[in-house]
Amino acid sequence: MDTDQLLRTLAADNARHAPRVGAVLMLSLLVAAPLSILVFVTFLGMRPDVMTAIHNPFFDLKFAVTLSLAIPAIVVSLHLSRPEALMRGWGWLLLIPVGLLAVAIGGEMMMGPSMPMMTRLVGKNSRACLSSIPAMSLPLLAGALFGLRHGAPSHPALAGAIAGLLSAGLAATLYASHCTDDSPLFVATWYTLATALVSAIGALAGARVLRY
Amino acid sequence: MRSAMAGDDAAYHRLLKAVTPVLRAAARRGLARAGAPADQSEDIVQDILLAVHLKRHTWDSEAPFAPWLFAIARNKLIDALRRRGRRVFVNIDDFAEVLPGEAREETASANEVAAQLGTLPQRQRDVLQSIAVDAASIRDTAAKFSMSEGAVRVALHRGLAALTAKLRDK
Repeated sequence: MDTDQLLRTLAADNARHAPRVGAVLMLSLLVAAPLSILVFVTFLGMRPDVMTAIHNPFFDLKFAVTLSLAIPAIVVSLHLSRPEALMRGWGWLLLIPVGLLAVAIGGEMMMGPSMPMMTRLVGKNSRACLSSIPAMSLPLLAGALFGLRHGAPSHPALAGAIAGLLSAGLAATLYASHCTDDSPLFVATWYTLATALVSAIGALAGARVLRY
Repeated sequence: MRSAMAGDDAAYHRLLKAVTPVLRAAARRGLARAGAPADQSEDIVQDILLAVHLKRHTWDSEAPFAPWLFAIARNKLIDALRRRGRRVFVNIDDFAEVLPGEAREETASANEVAAQLGTLPQRQRDVLQSIAVDAASIRDTAAKFSMSEGAVRVALHRGLAALTAKLRDK
C-alpha cells in the first residue's frame, strides 16, 4: 500500500472520536474496584473496633498516606499517557506520602510511644499486609493497565510502575481499615514493601501491554 | 490538527499530507545514523502515521503539536530499529533539525502494511482496500458491499487498529 493511499484511509476514519484517556481509566478502575472490594469483605473486613479507632489520629493518618499515594499516582499516570510527556517536574507528587510518613514517624517519637520501636515496626499483621495489599491491588492494576492502554506512553515500563503505585494506594486504603497496626513505622515498612512489589509487577506488565 | 479533531476531514488529510515528508526525512536520517539501510523508511513512516491516527486523542489541543508528533515518530523509529536487533541510538535532533522545506514531495509504497493487510478478516480487508486502493468514499464502499455506512466505518476503524496491533507485535 503506498503512503498516499494510507493517508486517504486515515482521513476517511477521522469521524471516529475516541474518549479521553482519563475517562477510560476512571471507567476501568470503577469496573475493577468491586473485585478488590469483594476480596476485602470476603477475607478481611473492617476491624471490629473501627468506631473507636477513628479517634486515633494514627489510624486516620493511614488513609491520608494511602490516598496521597493513589491520587497523585492517578494524575502522574495520566500525564505519562501522552507520548511527549516526561517525568521531570512530576516526580515530586509521588513524594507526598513519603513526606507525610516522615512527619508522622517524627510525631510518634515525640509523643512518647506506648510500645518499644521494634514491636510497633513488626506489628501483628505484617504477613497479612504483605499478602492482602497485593491481592487487592491486582484487579485494580489490571483495570489501570487496561485504561492506560488507551493512551500512548513513551515509557511503558515507567507508566506500568505508576499504575502499580495507584492500584497499591487504593488497595492499601481498603486494607488500612482492616489492619489494627496503626504505627507509622509499621505503615512505612510493610505498606511500602507491598507497594513496591505491586509497582514492580506493574512495570513488568506495563513494558509488555502499554506499548502502542 | 485542531480543525481535524473538530471533524474537518479535509483539514486532517491536509495535515497528514504535510507532515509525511517531514516524517520521511526524519526516518531516513534516523536509519542512516543507526547504520540501517534506508529501504525500511517507508514502513516506519506508515507505522508512525497509523500511531498518530489511532492516538490523536492523546494530543492536548492546548499543547504544541510538534513535540507530540515527534515523540510518536521517535518511539516508532526506536521500535523499528530494535526489531532489527540493532543498537539503538536515536538523536532527538534527527527530528528537531528537519525542516519541512527540505523534504521532497513524493509517495512511496511499503511492504509491511500491505503484507499485514492480507491477514485481516475478509470484511475489514475489503473495506480498507476499497477506500485505500480504489479511492472509494465511505458511501460508495457501503453500496459496493451492501453494508450500512456505519458498518463500513466500524470495519475501517477495526481494520486500522488491527493492522497497527499486528505491526507492533510482529
